[in-house]
Amino acid sequence: MKSAVLLLPGLNRDRDMIAALTKISGEPPITVWQTETEIPDVDLIVIPGGFSYGDYLRCGAIAARMPVMEAVRRKAEAGVRVMGVCNGFQILVEAGLLPGALMRNASLKFVCREVQLQVTNADTAFSAHYNRGDIIRCPVAHHDGNYFAAPDALKKLEDNDQVVFRYANGTNPNGSINDIAGIVNEAGNVLGMMPHPENLIEAAHGGTDGNALFTSALGIAA
Amino acid sequence: MTIPNEIQITPDLIEAHGLKPDEYERILELMGREPSFTELGIFSAMWNEHCSYKSSKKWLRTLPTDGPQVIQGPGENAGVVDIGDGDCIVFKMESHNHPSYIEPYQGAATGVGGILRDVFTMGARPVAAMNALRFGEPDHPKTHHLVAGVVAGVGGYGNCFGVPTVGGEVEFDARYNGNCLVNAFAAGLAKSDAIFYSRAEGIGLPVVYLGAKTGRDGVGGATMASAEFDGSIEEKRPTVQVGDPFTEKCLLEACLELMASGAVIAIQDMGAAGLTCSAVEMGAKGDLGIELDLDKVPVREENMSAYEMMLSESQERMLMVLRPEMEAEAQAIFVKWGLDFAIVGKTTDDLRFRIFHQGDLVADLPIKELGDEAPEYDRPWRETGLYPPLPAQQVEEPEDYGKALLSLVGSANNSSRRWVFEQYDTLIQGNSLQLPGGDAGVVRVDGHPGKALAFSSDVTPRYCEADPFEGGKQAVAECWRNLTATGADPLASTDNLNFGNPERPEIMGQLVKAIEGIGEACSALGFPIVSGNVSLYNETNGEAILPTPTMAGIGLIPDWSQMATIGGANDGDVVILLGWDGTHLGQSIYLRDIVGQTDGPPPPVDLYAEKRNGDFVRSAIRNGQFSACHDISDGGLSVCLAEMAIASAKGLQIDLDSELGPAHALLFGEDQARYVATVSAELANFVCMNAEGAGVPFRRLGTVTGSRLTIGDLLSISVEELRSAYESWFPDYMDGTAAMAGEG
Repeated sequence: MKSAVLLLPGLNRDRDMIAALTKISGEPPITVWQTETEIPDVDLIVIPGGFSYGDYLRCGAIAARMPVMEAVRRKAEAGVRVMGVCNGFQILVEAGLLPGALMRNASLKFVCREVQLQVTNADTAFSAHYNRGDIIRCPVAHHDGNYFAAPDALKKLEDNDQVVFRYANGTNPNGSINDIAGIVNEAGNVLGMMPHPENLIEAAHGGTDGNALFTSALGIAA
Repeated sequence: MTIPNEIQITPDLIEAHGLKPDEYERILELMGREPSFTELGIFSAMWNEHCSYKSSKKWLRTLPTDGPQVIQGPGENAGVVDIGDGDCIVFKMESHNHPSYIEPYQGAATGVGGILRDVFTMGARPVAAMNALRFGEPDHPKTHHLVAGVVAGVGGYGNCFGVPTVGGEVEFDARYNGNCLVNAFAAGLAKSDAIFYSRAEGIGLPVVYLGAKTGRDGVGGATMASAEFDGSIEEKRPTVQVGDPFTEKCLLEACLELMASGAVIAIQDMGAAGLTCSAVEMGAKGDLGIELDLDKVPVREENMSAYEMMLSESQERMLMVLRPEMEAEAQAIFVKWGLDFAIVGKTTDDLRFRIFHQGDLVADLPIKELGDEAPEYDRPWRETGLYPPLPAQQVEEPEDYGKALLSLVGSANNSSRRWVFEQYDTLIQGNSLQLPGGDAGVVRVDGHPGKALAFSSDVTPRYCEADPFEGGKQAVAECWRNLTATGADPLASTDNLNFGNPERPEIMGQLVKAIEGIGEACSALGFPIVSGNVSLYNETNGEAILPTPTMAGIGLIPDWSQMATIGGANDGDVVILLGWDGTHLGQSIYLRDIVGQTDGPPPPVDLYAEKRNGDFVRSAIRNGQFSACHDISDGGLSVCLAEMAIASAKGLQIDLDSELGPAHALLFGEDQARYVATVSAELANFVCMNAEGAGVPFRRLGTVTGSRLTIGDLLSISVEELRSAYESWFPDYMDGTAAMAGEG
């Protein structure tokens, strides 16, 4: 499967994401610059983490209004897999491709540490290589990862089993409602998550718990 | 309102520019006429302590800066050291003390921004950062606010820019009540054949302004940083710059693309004294004149005067000399990244620095004299009194050893810095192998299967105060030792010398003797200094900081699968002390924090033993013989063991023969050149035999077992209790005060 990584000024985990996709799929992803209006024919589009356009407004708000995001929207509507990590999640939420909002961490501080995630839905395109209930390790590094959704929207998310990852064992680092760490859209082809699976895929990272997410999303035999 | 250039030069104005009467006389002599207002500002910017090193230059020259591994020593934006395979590491440490005290968030943020720029100006992509922070006593009314603001500022800039912060220091002492220290370190990787320098070459070539626009922020910042503080500190806020890490990240990517295109002849970042300093350095180093037309400078405020433009310290800016035939290509790169690109002048052959503004020649100065011939002082100095010896027998024992250790582990200065480093992105770039909390941060080198770099920053200011010479040696030795404790070969270092007012002979004496000690240690350990920074006038109302010559070093690990960490101990491993038993309590943490005294000389540093013991430790690590390793520093053996037990989540059963010496000296003595290692039971005899063969003193201390740290019948504490004390102090302190600082 082919993948593409969006490059917007201010993103800074693009290199981490490109390295992870390259290592796991064996070929480097295509990169798509902010001014592009079409995205090449790929099976997975990734929006990596960082501080797009400095995030001097609400995180992801400027990026969500760039023309390239219209192209992402069309691909998502056509069923292409789209994955946003950290700032990528914030951008997908700001673009309306995922419900809810990401507020400032409850601590009001940036937090970088390892947390535990429970895989609460292993039937999505992004989590198929995990088992439901698995507890995995994963690092977080963000200032605005406190997920919130209004009661109706939250109920819908939960009823539809759209929560893919939840912070587990008291490790919620940001105050997210229902310990939500990652969600998919109703169709199941758009994933947003705050933690960084791309930083836990090889021995040098101290673990490989992030691998299965990429092999799932890329359809690579686990 | 434009400030006119025809302002009358008065003695008051000269003094307000930080220029002494004899310095002004020199200016008149050099120019043969009275300077214009803009020219006075330019001289002030170039001749202040911060830019000219006029008090320290004489002594800095004595430092060892060479070695086969050194590609570029001091004098450029950063030092460059060969790490083999055509790669090199570019690094430097620099202070942002004064601005951080005035405005902690932006002061610290722009300190990080400035040091990152120093590194990528040379063509290196930053791969690691550290920060050595020193604050006043925790109860001082400003301390809480400064800690919150500085840490948020360091994180705010570094996290957004995208560099992992892998190490540093945070300490508290009443002597920093009026002046905090923010020493920012950055290191970047480059190809050894693609380093970029600031020396301009070629006559009549375009001088190009890159990056962000110029505003009025930071006008006079370097002059502010060259004076001590008094009651008017709030008035100095406008001299602090405002950081924009997003623009810096774009500037990094644009500069690296530009360098790869071949368009750059010379490049220099605009740091202290902005446009003035960068232009003068490029011209003076290349034996060329520079002509600038300020009407071409991109500005973000109206009616800026020549004086303001030349002295602005707006951030995220660069100056370069361009290959003219590459102009279109170079400009396209900057347009792509949304940054300014403007040809603002040219190189000339007449060694003059000429500034035009609105058609007028507003400055016409000799360029070499501005830089090279800045005043240089041989300031009077005297050695400060040294303490007589303090035998351990004269120091009282604790009533309860367990309580004493718990209190040290949970103290302001020895507790975990997790509250701080979890606000820094330590993982970005995916190469971090050891995070803050161990002896050194370790980052693997992209593109190599085994190679990694270790980073550490160290100084023990209370030692430097008691004996600047031994303290200077100790700062180097501890940095070298921390790198060694991971298995790294220490390659080179950078120094950040923070002192009070050098016009006072006792302060100057601290500086002179500390430099002497640093030089001796760096020579003996083969640890040359390739870059650095001096920050003087760190005093308020006549009270100086503790002398704080921060040393930051880098080391090379050939195969990171064989590196050591402090937390790798396994049940059944033997705990071995390498180095002598503890004897020295003078200036120790125990004496200060438990007994409540400041007395005695600091521990002497035997550089021969330091090297012998360190070389043995490194070799054993590389041969896979240690499961964990940690150096012994503040708090002595017992704090070292506690930290290893906490990091490994394992108990240690330690037997100490009471015949060996006073128990409190064995446990808390801060004798140098010492490490603790854990070794599998099968290898323990072998390691001890090797130590004996290498002439390294060693002692089998005990075994890794259970869940308590037990030292003879002196103390027994559960590791969980130690961990709780260790982890609690910082969050309790920061949460305990109602008024949280905002982001300024």
